Amino acid sequence: MSCCAPSSDHLAAALTALPSDEEVAVAARDLGDGTRQIELSVPTVHCAACIRSVETALAKLDDVQTARVNLSTRRVSVRWRGDRLPPIVSTLAGLGYPPNLFDDAQDGRDPVLSELLRAVAVSGFAAANIMLLSVSVWSGAEGATRDLFHWVSALIALPALAIAGRIYYRSAWSVLRRGRMNMDVPIAIGITLAYALSLYDTVHSGEHAYFDASVTLLFFLLIGRTLDHVMRNKARAAVAGLARLAPRGALVLAADGSRDYRPVTEIEPGMRLLVAAGERIPVDARVVAGASDLDCSLVNGESAPQAIAAGAEIQAGTLNLTGPLTLEALRPASNSFLAEMMRLMEAAEGGRARYRRIADRVSALYAPVVHLTALLTFLGWMIAGGDWHRAITVAIAVLIITCPCALGLAVPIVQVVAARRLFENGIMVKDGAAMERLAEADAAVFDKTGTLTLGRPRLTNAHEVAPRLLGIAAGLAAHSRHPLSQAIAAQAGVASGPDWEDVRELPGFGVEGRTGEALWRLGRAGWATDGRADEAGTVLARDGGIVARFAYEDETRPGARATVAALAADVGPVEMLSGDTEEACRRVAGELGIGNWRSGLLPADKVARIEELARQGHRVLMVGDGLNDAPALGAAHVSMAPATAADIGRNAADFVFLHSSLSAVTTALDVAGRAGRLIRQNIAIAIVYNVIAVPVAILGHVTPLIAAIAMSGSSILVIANALRLMRTARRGAAARPAAEPVAA
Amino acid sequence: MSILVYLIPVALFLGGISLLAFLWALRSGQYDDMDGAAQRILLDDDEAGGTRADERVIL
Repeated sequence: MSCCAPSSDHLAAALTALPSDEEVAVAARDLGDGTRQIELSVPTVHCAACIRSVETALAKLDDVQTARVNLSTRRVSVRWRGDRLPPIVSTLAGLGYPPNLFDDAQDGRDPVLSELLRAVAVSGFAAANIMLLSVSVWSGAEGATRDLFHWVSALIALPALAIAGRIYYRSAWSVLRRGRMNMDVPIAIGITLAYALSLYDTVHSGEHAYFDASVTLLFFLLIGRTLDHVMRNKARAAVAGLARLAPRGALVLAADGSRDYRPVTEIEPGMRLLVAAGERIPVDARVVAGASDLDCSLVNGESAPQAIAAGAEIQAGTLNLTGPLTLEALRPASNSFLAEMMRLMEAAEGGRARYRRIADRVSALYAPVVHLTALLTFLGWMIAGGDWHRAITVAIAVLIITCPCALGLAVPIVQVVAARRLFENGIMVKDGAAMERLAEADAAVFDKTGTLTLGRPRLTNAHEVAPRLLGIAAGLAAHSRHPLSQAIAAQAGVASGPDWEDVRELPGFGVEGRTGEALWRLGRAGWATDGRADEAGTVLARDGGIVARFAYEDETRPGARATVAALAADVGPVEMLSGDTEEACRRVAGELGIGNWRSGLLPADKVARIEELARQGHRVLMVGDGLNDAPALGAAHVSMAPATAADIGRNAADFVFLHSSLSAVTTALDVAGRAGRLIRQNIAIAIVYNVIAVPVAILGHVTPLIAAIAMSGSSILVIANALRLMRTARRGAAARPAAEPVAA
Repeated sequence: MSILVYLIPVALFLGGISLLAFLWALRSGQYDDMDGAAQRILLDDDEAGGTRADERVIL
């Protein structure tokens, strides 16, 4: 494998299955001329060598016409000829780049970004050319020459306003229609009035025209807006590219014995489904045949796997660990556990919808003041001199000078820099408002399984077991997908054990195998001893006699203790809400130093607790990963989820962190806090600038030249201030070891 | 000052050409993968097994 071969994350590998060929075939698009195309997310691709190995390997497959990696979105697009699907998934997985399917109706193209870039290009072109002509006017062009320059400027500015200004007109109109105010309203009014007045002056051979101010303003503001969009989209694409945990469909067994892969939405109650080991249960169902162990941690927070046999009812979203199952669907997907969580989530959402961004709050105050000042200036000049043309010119100069160029850049630039910094640390942020809300958080609520813990068991008593027996246990355990077996295998490492014969796994019980004459069994005590021992727990037995016992605990996430302590000190009360048993919660809470915890909670109980905290005046940060946490993530003031979280949890959360360490929470809080301070500083700078510039404008001393200098000056000031965050980020990144590979 | 009659249109025309070139590049997808373009320069042409830019997959 080349250079930076991605090391697969054990956790992710254990929890996520590769998309099956059926799923890929369903998702592929028919391009018409006998070719089909599929786009797959490959989160582990990250350098030139990765691009080459993926593209060469895929291009070598039969029927494949083209394969191209998009490194920005971490996706690969493959086109092939014919109906038969080439082995794309297995080829990619074999190279060490496990692919995922993703839900994205956009097909990789982003129309909003194209429009923004087009607007930036047009306004940049117009601004540069108008500025050229304006400089000539400022340096002394007079009479017919000046009028000619003004006319050319007016011609160039018109398409710029029509194409680039449309973005602002649309946004301003949509909020005005609802009786609200945002930063785009004064911008739209300012540029339009400046253009209209300048056109009037040009027609009447006036001395001053503000075409340059109008278009330069647009150009600067569009740059800020485009950067903001690019950053947000990058985060969204990265989240969409994470492995999907909810199955897209299932193998349906027809009455005549034929098997057919159907999407989840077409599964109806009564259908027989086949679910292999390692797959997730698509809908709520009853087991008809087969036995297995079920990992419910993502669904209800229980950390210990449950053994199931025929007759058991199981919930959608749980993971089938060890044996193949035949199921009978009980409810359609629209009525399953997952859909119920969605409904709870929609009901809980509200706290966030009410939140108004700092920029909007400022502009709600700012815009009326600006427009009132301009109006008063107009009236003042009318009363003083009665020259209405002079009065309008001065009033519009006030509007241009106060046009929130600095304000419009002040907030997005800081948030773009902050999001970039978080991205470098493996944290995706959905939008700028999320960062503002995170800085306000004053209480933290954690889920247990999968959030404070990794949701995978760790062997705690390896030192009590004889090394020889541990080696034997590890040899047997290597044959099983059960998490408890994998914990033993991971702890013991690769040992040269005896040669095994007749190894088989009995789903729900354990693994057995022979070495020479001895029969070894690893699994449930009752089964390993043929019912002689009456105890719970996992044992290794030789010919029915227990020779070793194994104890486990759910491994806590790296950095969990330090994070909880830091949150308790800097943010506010920390609580743990879990669906797991009281005993498991007590141990984790004790280990991490959390005094306030509740166990055995249902999803609605978690939401209720968060709403109770909100009523007490707290702004709650919720960190959780399970399906059962999704409603709580939606109800909280701000929320975070690890990359291994359930799909709807990831979508509900404001932040998603990719690395396993929980220190992402404190990093995000730190960056959000500093971004909040910089935003306030920038707004203060913009206001100070206005306090100085507005009196000059009101007194009628502002020429287009002064307006251009003042506006560029304040913009450069706020950008430079925002970039201070980047500088500390560089220093911070250099001090940290090279980024760990992104968990798939 | 009659030279301006030629110079201004020439300046606008040249600027317009670069604007059109940018819009064409945007439309033909050359800005779709900025990170990838930065990395692909490290690959030798004969080694790169994938497709070249002019054969890019049409979405």
